[in-house]
Amino acid sequence: MNQEELAQLLKPIIKDEKRILTDKADLYSYSYDASFGVHLPDIVVQPKSAEEVADIMKLANEYKIPVYPRGKATSLSGGPLPVHGGIVLDLSTWNEKLEVDPEDMVAVVSPGVITADINDAALKYGFIFPPDPSSSNVATIGGILAENSGGPRGLKYGVTKDYVIGLEVVTPEGEIIRTGGRTVKNVTGYDLTKLIVGSEGTLGIITEATLRLFPKPQATETMMAVFDNIVDSGKAITKILSSGILPSKLEIMDQSTIQAVEAYEPLGLPVDAEAMLLIELDGHPAAIKEEITRVEAVCEDTGAREVQVAQTKEEAAELWRARKLVSPAIVREKPTKISEDATVPRSKIPEMFQRLKEIREKYKIDLVVFGHAGDGNLHPNIIADKRDKEEMRRVEQAVEEIFKAAIELGGTLSGEHGIGTLKAPFMEMELGAAGLDMMKRIKESWDPNNILNPGKIFPKPGQRLVLTDG
Amino acid sequence: MAELAYEATFDCVQCGYCLPACPTYLTMGKETHSPRGRINLVKMAAEGKITYDELEGPINLCLGCRACEVVCPTNVQYGKILDSAKEVIQQYKKETKKITKRAKLFQEFVFDRAIPNRKVLSTAASGLALYQKTGLQTVARKTKAINILPENLRTFEKVLPKVERKKRENHYPAKLKPKFRIGFFTGCIMDTMFYDINTKSIRLLQEAGCDVTIIKEQTCCGALQNHSGETEITKRLAKENIQAFEKEDFDYVVNSIGGCGAQLVEYDKLLADEPEWADRAKRFAEKNVDISVILSQLELPYEKEVNRVVTYQPSCHLSNVQKRVNEPLELLKSIPGITYVELPDKNMCCGSAGIYNIVNYDASMEILDEKMKHVEKVNPDTIVTSNPGCHLQMKVGVEREGLAEKISVVHLVELLAEASGIE
Repeated sequence: MNQEELAQLLKPIIKDEKRILTDKADLYSYSYDASFGVHLPDIVVQPKSAEEVADIMKLANEYKIPVYPRGKATSLSGGPLPVHGGIVLDLSTWNEKLEVDPEDMVAVVSPGVITADINDAALKYGFIFPPDPSSSNVATIGGILAENSGGPRGLKYGVTKDYVIGLEVVTPEGEIIRTGGRTVKNVTGYDLTKLIVGSEGTLGIITEATLRLFPKPQATETMMAVFDNIVDSGKAITKILSSGILPSKLEIMDQSTIQAVEAYEPLGLPVDAEAMLLIELDGHPAAIKEEITRVEAVCEDTGAREVQVAQTKEEAAELWRARKLVSPAIVREKPTKISEDATVPRSKIPEMFQRLKEIREKYKIDLVVFGHAGDGNLHPNIIADKRDKEEMRRVEQAVEEIFKAAIELGGTLSGEHGIGTLKAPFMEMELGAAGLDMMKRIKESWDPNNILNPGKIFPKPGQRLVLTDG
Repeated sequence: MAELAYEATFDCVQCGYCLPACPTYLTMGKETHSPRGRINLVKMAAEGKITYDELEGPINLCLGCRACEVVCPTNVQYGKILDSAKEVIQQYKKETKKITKRAKLFQEFVFDRAIPNRKVLSTAASGLALYQKTGLQTVARKTKAINILPENLRTFEKVLPKVERKKRENHYPAKLKPKFRIGFFTGCIMDTMFYDINTKSIRLLQEAGCDVTIIKEQTCCGALQNHSGETEITKRLAKENIQAFEKEDFDYVVNSIGGCGAQLVEYDKLLADEPEWADRAKRFAEKNVDISVILSQLELPYEKEVNRVVTYQPSCHLSNVQKRVNEPLELLKSIPGITYVELPDKNMCCGSAGIYNIVNYDASMEILDEKMKHVEKVNPDTIVTSNPGCHLQMKVGVEREGLAEKISVVHLVELLAEASGIE
């Protein structure tokens, strides 16, 4: 079906024609996300109600048109890419509802609400919405839910799925259903809420969510620990956690990351150290005051050469500044950043670091490693130039080997970025043929015509990782 | 031959962190009108996937406020990409005659001859003054003769400041040993419409202990031309200004115009490819500062309280390009008697953006309406600005909301002068 025919069919569904985009400049503007590849949709629609979405899905089913839901397209795995053309459903403008109910301790939101805005609204009542991916000032809650995003606070507070208790979902066949509800406890039937969360927009389109809020911690303490030996820093992490203290954040930066940040903006970081930990505790001021001294002692016992506890809010911000500068610092020499999120069990962190070091040398790539060490969710970032085809091929091989290493160590392909297009080729490696087949059967029963976000999660036969455009 | 800044587009990793900072993305709700979208479209145009005609709309609707550059985690040079697109589009339109001969002549006249020309502008100003003084303005308004103007121009006619021009000296010596020797950059539109603010700026600098000279040979900064893709005209004006101010050994070149100042501090980038000019441009750019930078280092002779509740709408070009965020604000707060209330989302552009509010009137008014919602939240009696464009735009905003009786719009310099007893 050509674009004009499609537009004619959509016009009776979408109340305002301005929300149907057909210009070429518009189509190219919805052809990418924060990962790789440019895929042109045939049309872009900006729905504003579950009914509109349901009607679009019915239409798409009738004519077998692929539909690609999209939030703000901050995805690092290709989640919203319209790889088979068709309709992009831009849900980012549908942000009207953001209601906080302090008695039930929930927030009810439209899919286009910005994630950080939910936290801000919750704060007014003394609550927080814990999921804090680094994109939270941009990303919509719909996207965050679809990808089941994590973030630094995941260590203590868990990830997005732990805060969703109810959803309104439009199924691929155009039915509007409700899953879960407004209660923390709910065991009525299968837990479809958790199935939809993290399904990357392949099973349904989230049109409303009921989210759990959490009491705001009264205070925080921040410290930094510097290690000459990265293996020691790994020991420190496991020892802190086994000592009965659960930090709200526990971040690591390796030597190449420290050096990149220091070269970008001299902060006086220890460029000769192999690793740096940034640790944040939250809770009752008296309790964390005592706990931070214990964490300090653990770090010293495990071989930290320097430990620094922030005495003021400004000092804490200064310590976090190093972590914040990682992004601009690492793309100074070359522009392309391949951000991975392979995750391993906590005890395997030192081993994973060793494997990453070998991969860096074997493929002669620029690899820096930082991330959420407390939950084993590392971010090996490869810095390259996507115009250099030869380099990109080495990068592709290195990425493949990073995935293998994570799985061999008992970990997973993706801790928080999702599978999308990029990691689909490796699904069977982690899940096995039968495991992947069970997932596929779920997809087939929800979406018999395979029209909702097709081309994601499940690999085509012979599909390989491709990081160059085309 | 103009070229799109294709290589610079690769610095964008498409993370989307610029989206919340972009006023047009906020009001239009389309990726096409976001910084990430525009950078991608420039790349697509360079690769031949879209035409210059398809690129033009999204580029023209960019305010050029450059708020995206400040929040970009990978330091993408958005200004460079935008300017290249404007230049290429302008050139393409001339070559393909997409721009009518009359429009071309008119643009060339305005950008090349009228704005940079003191005589033309001063004639225009006299006309304006005459129009206002003779009561013609009142007559035109009362008889609705004004309605023959299109809505966009009519809107601005309402808020034009009272134009009065008293003769000004060329040299304002410091009373004691001067703290700084300053060359004052008057700007062209500023010196026409807001002549009085320039005079007050000069007097404030003098009172604060500076020796101030007004170089006659200075000309227009070239910002409006540059924003319209007329890079060659901008370069020529830049060279004239550099030459003019090189005549004397100034510590600083000072202006009270956020937008012009932004162009002046980027002369080094503008002329980077011309070996005989690059160093001179760099020296000139480094000497250029906003008046708030100098005044905040000196002591002002405050003699009376200014009892007003003020909010501050920063000039985007002062904050995002000149990177002067604290100086004007600290200066404002230092005025005796002032009560400062912070404007929510104050870093969002007001929609003025050079001549954007005239050529993209509807888009500009949507942004302004957002801005005015924020103003009403803090309920000030005065809005302080630091650029003539923002000044007029905020006056339009106040007028549109029917708040003209309640809220006045002033330049920071006017409040400082009031507190210092400078008439």
